[in-house]
Amino acid sequence: MRAVLALIRADGRGVDRVVPPTGHTAWLTVLSAAAMAFLAVFALALALATGRLADRWSDALARSATIRISAPVDQMPTQTRAVLEVLATTPGIADYRALDEDEMRALLDPWFGPDLPVETLPLPQLIALTETAEGVDGEGLRLRLAAEAPGAVLDDHTRWRRPLVSAAERLRFLGLISLVLIGGATAGMITLAAQAALAANGQVIRVLRLVGARDSYIARAFVRRFTLRGLSGAALGTVLGMIAVALLPEADAAGGFLTGLGFEGAGWLWPMMIPPMAAAVAFAATRAAALRMLRGIR
Amino acid sequence: MIELQNVAMSYGGGDLFSEISLKLAPGSFHFLTGPSGAGKTTLLKLCYAELMPSAGHVSFMGRDVRTMGRDDIAALRGRIGVVHQDCQFLDHLSVAENVALPLTVARRPLDARELMELLGWVGLKAQADALPPQLSGGERQRAALARAVIMSPDVLLADEPTGNLDWDMSLRLLTLLVELNRMGKTVLIATHDLNLIRAAKQQVSARVLRIANRRLQLAGADL
Repeated sequence: MRAVLALIRADGRGVDRVVPPTGHTAWLTVLSAAAMAFLAVFALALALATGRLADRWSDALARSATIRISAPVDQMPTQTRAVLEVLATTPGIADYRALDEDEMRALLDPWFGPDLPVETLPLPQLIALTETAEGVDGEGLRLRLAAEAPGAVLDDHTRWRRPLVSAAERLRFLGLISLVLIGGATAGMITLAAQAALAANGQVIRVLRLVGARDSYIARAFVRRFTLRGLSGAALGTVLGMIAVALLPEADAAGGFLTGLGFEGAGWLWPMMIPPMAAAVAFAATRAAALRMLRGIR
Repeated sequence: MIELQNVAMSYGGGDLFSEISLKLAPGSFHFLTGPSGAGKTTLLKLCYAELMPSAGHVSFMGRDVRTMGRDDIAALRGRIGVVHQDCQFLDHLSVAENVALPLTVARRPLDARELMELLGWVGLKAQADALPPQLSGGERQRAALARAVIMSPDVLLADEPTGNLDWDMSLRLLTLLVELNRMGKTVLIATHDLNLIRAAKQQVSARVLRIANRRLQLAGADL
């Protein structure tokens, strides 16, 4: 990275001058770097969003559980009371409460609509509980519930929490893999463009060698040019990508997973890393291509 | 200065020449002649390390070019001025920029007044801002000569420098090369123009070498 910065800072006008402009490879490199950076912003947003999601699900669900009481109507109050008493004396429980009819209706609204007569349905009683940081002994609680309230079933969410967290973590991994692939594709594209420019300037390079130019001097002209193009293209693509991400709907508005795609707080700084990374990739790819070609010229 | 010891060069399995030994002493003036295809250009390329010999040794100031790294060879070329047969300019740069190119790539300071003096010496002051494709054959050769000497090299190699020039222009260029030799530069000119060699021998003490039958020989007294 230091070499890249030194290269950009240095006065390379003299070096640039000896190599003629390379025509279409110039805008092609800028455009490709911009497109790759745009995609990288989305891949980064995906990785960060799924990371947050995995953490949130993992954290929130790990500390909550539900007890469902399915019993005949006449036994429901008795069993509910029994469960609440058991919970009151169980270590590791921070909070618990029986859900009232309004809360039950809110849970069922998405499936049955807002006018469902909940009171006429034989619904189980739900009790939500929150564990302390130390957690609760699930097996012990199950045994006590079975003894005190036979209709009570403890659901600690493990069954569906694990696949959700696993899915979110895989999505985060895919996002990171996408970033690596985008970086590789950028390197490949810049290498091809640099090779085209080097081949088009074969005669210029031969003349420069014959008048005493060192490999580093000749490579510098191309490396500087392609590094700056990679940097400027990636900066453009990153800005456009960040604007596009900022314009995505808010997570709370629709509540869906994809609407949560974006950056939060200091997370907005992460995309700023893309242009220097693209410049570093362009620097390494062009330098390798230039030195490889120069080895074939005495 | 430059020494070739039992040098051979092969292309595609066949020997272009072999067992060539040559020593260019400081301040000497040599002509290299021979029929087309005999290997004059190849021999010159060996002298400035654009080619490596198939066998034998080429050394510059006592150092074998085979042991030199790429940066060493680049530095070596700062001490050897070469006038190529086809001149080889960068067409997007002006004549002045092309002449100054060895200084530019060596990151040495450029004195504009000295550059204009040099262009004046080769008669190209008026063409300083022209692009190489706008020059005539003679002007290109003189510009190439100016570029070859701007680093004040120890040795000057010229490959058919008068190949595309009329006789007057050839003599003018020859005079410049003789002037350089009188300034102490070692000069080696590859040419098949025997009249040029005869004209030079009237001005300077020159040895004439000939490549014939794949060997290097000292040319006869007729030259």
